[in-house]
Amino acid sequence: MARMKFVCDAERCIECNGCVTACKNEHEVPWGVNRRRVVTLNDGVPGEKSISVACMHCSDAPCMAVCPVNCFYRTDEGVVLHDKDVCIGCGYCSYACPFGAPQFPSQGTFGVRGKMDKCTFCAGGPEANGSEAEFEKYGRNRLAEGKLPACAEMCSTKALLAGDGDVVADIFRNRVVQRGKGAEVWGWGTAYGSKQAGQPPAKGVK
Amino acid sequence: MIRTAFFLAAVLSLAACGEKPQTSSGAKRDTPAYQGTSNPYSAPGWTAGDKTSWELHLKTRGQNSQNEYNRVN
Repeated sequence: MARMKFVCDAERCIECNGCVTACKNEHEVPWGVNRRRVVTLNDGVPGEKSISVACMHCSDAPCMAVCPVNCFYRTDEGVVLHDKDVCIGCGYCSYACPFGAPQFPSQGTFGVRGKMDKCTFCAGGPEANGSEAEFEKYGRNRLAEGKLPACAEMCSTKALLAGDGDVVADIFRNRVVQRGKGAEVWGWGTAYGSKQAGQPPAKGVK
Repeated sequence: MIRTAFFLAAVLSLAACGEKPQTSSGAKRDTPAYQGTSNPYSAPGWTAGDKTSWELHLKTRGQNSQNEYNRVN
């Protein structure tokens, strides 16, 4: 299997926030934490585009690189997950992430920053699959139930695609060929490209 | 008596000096998703523990649920 990936088709997203609601409901995400959100580019201007953004489970995840306690790990399917028993809530990952994915619950006294929370690609965490402990800390493990992420399966226009990288790329390519436009995939290069956005190309590479 | 009290006091005071190791062990090992879950909400059509079956199921589910060109045509 190829890696698990997200694609958001900006030509189709109608900013309904169904993905956000599906995620909040599926994982019972606490108030103040949004694992997924819809961002509108050029809001109010004719031709505005909306995209659904969450953790993209990057190939070369910067959050993993900066974590001082090494709480992140990557599954065989390329899903970037973390261990909340190890996380110290320092927030370095939120500064490193180009998508603003790491979230911090603040329901404690004086708004103390808690342990980081983020999209799990509906793959839970390092607790036993489908266990109560896993649900409490990370939400449901839909991948272990043979399902795809709730946000993508709930998307009414199928703007948000999730699953095997080869499959979602094939679906998106077919769409672009059929409609003849809208080939731009926001965040794809940053998340799955060979280099991080904003970095100069390596020597000898044009 | 005094010697025993002194010994107990020494043990208790030294115990307070104990320090937990602060080295990080990293994340725990996770169970692969293809192993399935014990809950009754799993989608039918694949065998828990069989990686090939799980991968094929997810690919088929992805195409069937997200590619309407396949469904309509």
